[in-house]
Amino acid sequence: MSDELLSLTAAEQARRIESGEVSAAEAFDYWRGRAASDDLGAYLWVADEAPGDAGSFPPIAVKDLFCVKGVPSMAGSRILEGYRPPYTATSVENLQNAGIQVLGKTNQDEFAMGSSNENSGFGPVQNPWDRTRVPGGSSGGSAAAVAAGTAPWAIGTDTGGSIRQPASLCGIVGMKPTYGAVSRYGMIAFASSLDQCGPLTRDVTDAAILLSHLQGRDPCDSTSLGIEGGVALPTAERLDGLRFGIWGMEEPGLEPGVAEQVRATLAKIEELGGSVEPIELPNAGHGIAAYYVIAPAEASANLARYDGVRYGPRAAANGDLTALYEETRHDGFGEEVRRRIMIGTYALSSGYYEAYYGTAQKVRTRIAQDFAAAFEKVDFVVSPTSATVAFKLGERTQDPLAMYLSDYYTVPMPLAGIPAISIPCGLSEGLPVGFQIAGPAFSEARILDAAHALEKEIAFDGVPVR
Amino acid sequence: MIDRDQVLHVAKLARLQLSDEEVDRMAGELSKILEHVETMNELDLEEVEPTSHVVDLTNVLRDDVPRPSLPREVALEQAPDATESGFRVPTPGAS
Repeated sequence: MSDELLSLTAAEQARRIESGEVSAAEAFDYWRGRAASDDLGAYLWVADEAPGDAGSFPPIAVKDLFCVKGVPSMAGSRILEGYRPPYTATSVENLQNAGIQVLGKTNQDEFAMGSSNENSGFGPVQNPWDRTRVPGGSSGGSAAAVAAGTAPWAIGTDTGGSIRQPASLCGIVGMKPTYGAVSRYGMIAFASSLDQCGPLTRDVTDAAILLSHLQGRDPCDSTSLGIEGGVALPTAERLDGLRFGIWGMEEPGLEPGVAEQVRATLAKIEELGGSVEPIELPNAGHGIAAYYVIAPAEASANLARYDGVRYGPRAAANGDLTALYEETRHDGFGEEVRRRIMIGTYALSSGYYEAYYGTAQKVRTRIAQDFAAAFEKVDFVVSPTSATVAFKLGERTQDPLAMYLSDYYTVPMPLAGIPAISIPCGLSEGLPVGFQIAGPAFSEARILDAAHALEKEIAFDGVPVR
Repeated sequence: MIDRDQVLHVAKLARLQLSDEEVDRMAGELSKILEHVETMNELDLEEVEPTSHVVDLTNVLRDDVPRPSLPREVALEQAPDATESGFRVPTPGAS
């Protein structure tokens, strides 16, 4: 198979498969070879061979934390080393049923806790644009693989920005759907009230195709609703009559080069007939504070199950059951995961619950109200996806709080449960800049349409060395 | 501020062993993070209802229809130590 497929989007490859120019098995083998050649640390596992039915699309790279039957699924953690689940996540099963097969499992921050992929139990991932920089996180492997052309497309999960921020730092498209659009069944849980599965792709059309197959109500996840009417392929080329509220341009941490690309994108919105006005989200600045109570609190409960009894390695404790739990958890969890378990346990402990968790859930209400008020005035809220371009490996690892602030622009949306997409909008210092478009709950089709029109106008054609 | 004793108490609740050095580092890091978290208190939240769920959903129920669950041997397959009928663990002990 020639490198001809490399330059095509997944949708274009699917058309060649449909027309018989390329067989699905050939496409699978081509991508298997690409994935096997990865030298960025993006993959934790690559399929040996095409499944019996190679499907009707090119295959997909799947973030490690999705359970896939018989395939290592470790959520990037040593505490699940060697774990091969007995069942497959509904989201992945939906893709398989649509003819999209699993190509490999991608590296990630351990249990999706991180913004740089440096918290993986299996080593960091390099950004294909500059190998001394991070790809973002936590879906860093998925983003790096798509950008580097070792996967045609990928899925990840977003809890506080874990799809959109790495998509931004790697120059690709990433979308977090409305909470409840996609089933969480079989996704190894981090923070259950925030986690959502979504696509990381070359372009907006590929993201729409994946979302159309991922979404749906699932009896195994009582919080899943699906997207009513499904997800149509985006066709819009204009933005006439649409109102865009721009938020967060006055933040002190916003890099001038990023701000410049975002402003240029706002001008393109106007060229396409849309209008742009500043919008206030008065409580969004407190998003990180609320998030770093809610997410660790939920994580501390979700991660209680890793105790060396039912799966994963067990510490050789010479004591009673408690010693076995404590040592297994000490040895198996990385530093950041331990830190979050501690924050969460503290925030939920007797006497502190109301002051931390209760307060954070009120801030969350305020942020949702901010968005609701904004959507009275505008159709979409837009902003940079990340205040900075990809930062250097090691640059923020010594300061957990500085790392947490990487998610400033992406945290408010999951707190409010609403969907948002990041699309590449240009380069700053030779590195990709992401533009974020958020809309009301279940407005995915409208967001994808707007992103599609804007993507055509931006015509971002940057690719790293492949 | 979080002190050593509080770190040790929370670590016990979380069933997490920490070395002496880790306890000290954790005390510093948690204090710094919580200091940022406490900026939430600048807001007037008197009349605000806490979010319980982001999407408007109430009591999602399904029919109670039995379906097959994981066979026991499959459920035990991934365990570090299992017998034919269950997970094997050391004595619960006194703590």
